[in-house]
Amino acid sequence: MTNLMQHRLFLPLLALALILLANLVLSPEFFHLEVKDGRVYGSLVDVLNRSAPCALLAIGMSLVIATGGIDLSVGAIVAITGAVCANLLNSSFDTLPLVILAALAVGLAAGMVNGSLVSIFGIQPIVATLVLMVAGRGIAQLINSGQIATFQNDTFASIGIGSLLGLPAPVVIAAVVFLLVQFAMRFTALGLFIEASGCNPRASHYLGLNVRVIKFLVYCVSGLCAAIAGMVITADIQGADANNAGLWLELDAILAVVLGGAALSGGRFSLPLTMIGVLIIQAMSTTIIMSGIEPKYNLIIKSLVILVVLLLQSPSFRQQLRGLSGARNSLGGKA
Amino acid sequence: MSAQNAVLQLTGVCKRFKGVIAVNNVDLDLRAGEIHALLGENGAGKSTLIKVITGVYTPDGGRIEIDGAAICPKSTLDAQKHGISTVYQEVNLLPNLSVAHNLYLGREPRRFGCIQWKKLQRDARALLQRFSLDIDVNELLSSYSIAVQQLIAIARAVDCAAKVVILDEPTASLDSREVGLLFQILRTLRDQGTAILIVTHFLDQVYALTDRLTVMRNGEKVGTFVTAELPREALVSHMLGKELQAMEASRASQHTDSVDPAALQLRELSSSNGIRNINFSAQRGDAIGLAGLLGSGRSEVCAALFGLDSVTEGEIRLGEAPYKPRSPAQAIAQGFALCPEDRKTDGIVHPLSVRENMIIAHQAQRGWWRPLRRSEQNKLVADATQRLKIVCSDPEKPIGELSGGNQQKVILARWLMTHPQILILDEPTRGIDIGAHAEILQLIRKLCAEGMTLIVASSEIEELVAFSNKILVMRDKRLSTTIAGQDISENAVLAAIAEPD
Amino acid sequence: MNRRTLPVTVTGILFVLLLIAGAVQFTGFASPRVILNLFTDNAFLAIIALGMTFVILSGGIDLSVGSVLAFSSVLCASLIQVHGWHPLQAFPVVLLAGACFGAAMGIFIHVYKLQPFIVTLAGMFFARGLATVISEQSIPIEHSFIDAINNFGFALPGRGWIGSATLILIAVFIFGTWLAHFTRLGGYIYALGGNANSAALLGVPVGLTTISIYTLSSTLAALSGIVYSCYTASGYALTGIGLELDAIAAVVIGGTLISGGYGYVLGTLLGVLTMGLIQTWISFHGSLSSWWTKIFIGSLVLMFMIFQRWISQGLTGRRHGPDRIN
Repeated sequence: MTNLMQHRLFLPLLALALILLANLVLSPEFFHLEVKDGRVYGSLVDVLNRSAPCALLAIGMSLVIATGGIDLSVGAIVAITGAVCANLLNSSFDTLPLVILAALAVGLAAGMVNGSLVSIFGIQPIVATLVLMVAGRGIAQLINSGQIATFQNDTFASIGIGSLLGLPAPVVIAAVVFLLVQFAMRFTALGLFIEASGCNPRASHYLGLNVRVIKFLVYCVSGLCAAIAGMVITADIQGADANNAGLWLELDAILAVVLGGAALSGGRFSLPLTMIGVLIIQAMSTTIIMSGIEPKYNLIIKSLVILVVLLLQSPSFRQQLRGLSGARNSLGGKA
Repeated sequence: MSAQNAVLQLTGVCKRFKGVIAVNNVDLDLRAGEIHALLGENGAGKSTLIKVITGVYTPDGGRIEIDGAAICPKSTLDAQKHGISTVYQEVNLLPNLSVAHNLYLGREPRRFGCIQWKKLQRDARALLQRFSLDIDVNELLSSYSIAVQQLIAIARAVDCAAKVVILDEPTASLDSREVGLLFQILRTLRDQGTAILIVTHFLDQVYALTDRLTVMRNGEKVGTFVTAELPREALVSHMLGKELQAMEASRASQHTDSVDPAALQLRELSSSNGIRNINFSAQRGDAIGLAGLLGSGRSEVCAALFGLDSVTEGEIRLGEAPYKPRSPAQAIAQGFALCPEDRKTDGIVHPLSVRENMIIAHQAQRGWWRPLRRSEQNKLVADATQRLKIVCSDPEKPIGELSGGNQQKVILARWLMTHPQILILDEPTRGIDIGAHAEILQLIRKLCAEGMTLIVASSEIEELVAFSNKILVMRDKRLSTTIAGQDISENAVLAAIAEPD
Repeated sequence: MNRRTLPVTVTGILFVLLLIAGAVQFTGFASPRVILNLFTDNAFLAIIALGMTFVILSGGIDLSVGSVLAFSSVLCASLIQVHGWHPLQAFPVVLLAGACFGAAMGIFIHVYKLQPFIVTLAGMFFARGLATVISEQSIPIEHSFIDAINNFGFALPGRGWIGSATLILIAVFIFGTWLAHFTRLGGYIYALGGNANSAALLGVPVGLTTISIYTLSSTLAALSGIVYSCYTASGYALTGIGLELDAIAAVVIGGTLISGGYGYVLGTLLGVLTMGLIQTWISFHGSLSSWWTKIFIGSLVLMFMIFQRWISQGLTGRRHGPDRIN
């Protein structure tokens, strides 16, 4: 029993289960799924669909945080890729592969900027990625000439609103990226190397690992993930809003990683746990809506949940808790 | 008797960490107007003892008395209030504040809630005058050399509390002129009635400066002696836990003067970390011991060979080919492996599992795109666990949960999987239990017999003598003596270490 | 050149150069009116950035300030307008609420050893949430006292005007300078940023200092909220989004080392003014769009970071010798 409770999957899964249970109680319809025109509809699918962009960012963010870094710029990268896609689609270069390649190239370039600032110049990740977080939206607006760039392209739009295998395309895309990255991390030694350089960079250097290159690479992956999220979001609304696309999504992504039990100081990471974190965040907003609590309480509840999870992960808080329960036990013993 | 004029008196002080005894039942008396040396190798418990005295750690047992009154310092500030100040080896001042501010941080002269900078600077200048330091007190601390910073730290310590001043290896980074200046100041302080406790590993300095000395080993006190009455050899043997006596030579293999080109050869090697003009060569199957006291340059030789420090002068040859490693990765590619001295910060990768810690060097060598299959990993781990007799119920548990000896074996196993030609072990037996100790020594012999070249730095002369066929005695970052073949004995090594400059 | 003051000097020179360039290009650019408007228009940002300076000097970060500003402005507006309090009753309550909020974050950071980044991120959500709970709509403030505050000021020759926002900013600046350089707490804050371990060994009360720092930052953010709600005569839960980034950028441009320990309050003020000047220059230019501000500020942060990296190697990397003793 205690073993089960100490398992690192336990807390996040329990949280998610509780939230889903709450949804079920609040609305028995919650788990109801319906198949119409070869596509599945239902609240659960909605939750998945809305989680997709955050999930994509969180995949990259998990790797960055595993090395002890942080990437604040992903929201801005979403905006830039959106602007690039929308403008390309409105130009004569509107073939789908070209647009996708361009978007990925933009994300990669942004990731390389972050990566080189962190690993070559040795600037702290928070500030290094702050540069692109601030300047990135400006660049996106520049590309859009300050407008919300809309486009008419059904093929591209299907990335955001189409369906594949009966599921919304964003869900499928997020799932594919998740599987690809998870495969790359766990079926090669990359995951091990990233974790080692996050756990103990000195010892990793002694092992002959090139910690700098590893750090550089994770920012590149994060940039690529942000570019994919950017395409999904742009295709979804069929337009690129440089001001609001992916706004504060980086914070949700960071939260998802932390809720999944990863330490911001680096070390162990788990993509499945991060995905659970993403689902917790999204399911929580759904719960709040369903429960009839006004949406204005959304942020407060969210921040309190974060605080509780953080405290449960803090060794000194656990010790206090243990002290409390220990005191209670001993009192009970005496009585 | 001696406690009559003791300023600081420790009785039966104990300190444990998670069940490991770091300081066991130590008595110590420190008198007004004396300079007292605290000696011992790494892990002897000196630092822990000092931290107990200065309130960083709370003792698990025993009494600390100042002028006969029991105290229980809860913080360094608290200790300071009782008259105990400390100067740590790595200067614990603030590089980003001015010298004057560092001297008076937390006790600045104030009027109407404002710090009186003019007065503070005047005071600082006057204080430093007493230490014959004439520097601009408005400059940042970081703009001065470590030596000056050290003196500033001492000035602060003395000014805060003049009863007891504790110096933790104050001379480690000073040159001889600076050491001279420091000693002069310490003597003046002593004559003014301050009790000074100094931790150092330079024997010459102990004899030049101190009145009495206390030796610790394995967390226990070996004894307190009047410095002038204790011969050098006796001191060294107290520190290292070895009596000077006739011992049979117990070497594993005989040194053979081979005509082959040496497997490893160092010529006049100097590195960025201070070692100078090191010369030696090793054949396949040799076990080279690096002896010397703490700070003598043992570890620095290992670091230079492994590409951690850059080679500034001289050369290293592997067989016929020149070898100039710029990173551990290059060194590993050339067949080197290093078990570092500080297992915790440089060796184990903590929350990762025992299995991952074991295979990671081999995996790094293969590259990320050629992952070891899990079944291969399990086999390698099982083999190594058996071969090195690692006690570990589950290879999936975090390595930090193993005992020190088993962690060390895991690191050894990690490197043996890379099949190195030259294996460097820096303090391989520090902080591990006796059983594991013996097993590691056996392993060293076996590896040599298999043709591997081993370079072992250690403070335990007994073990060096047990397996080395050449012992290099380091002193002051230089190679002082090379003892080879039949000449190797504990006496010879001890004598070489104790030999005055 | 003193290496400590070099970054601030560079910011100062940059500000003057921008001013000269603007004056050469546009008539009326360097007029007292434009310069004083820099203070009026950026007072709320400057007050927040001054608080952020202390947080960053100590080696931390505070992401909650923008939300605290929004919360305070809504609380202020709601107390005055909805509950009919006099502003002089409302202001202390708002400041106290801000102080408690900051103290709570400080306690979480110190006692539970949580990272400032994530604690203040939660604080950011929480304060914004509180603001939304009080009112989702913008609350206009109509009160004669607020009008009096807004009309208070001194006219200067050249159509310059020093208003109450500027006066408050100047007061905060003087307070900040005094705190940083003439009090013990100031020394402790620098000490914490220099090396937290050494600071503790030198007897700096680390916990108290940490809590004071976040309390100060939140209180100043609350003050800034009051200034902002007077300035706009309203309180709205969605104001000040992203303000924390502007504040951090101003601190970095002002020459404060992001890793803590080095920097000046004056630098931050210059940083805010430089950012304001860029904005003014762009609005004078007419043909350049507003998004160039973000790009310019981003590049400026980048330049200063690389410049600081170079400086800090000089400041902290001057120690020779081994990095691995033992």
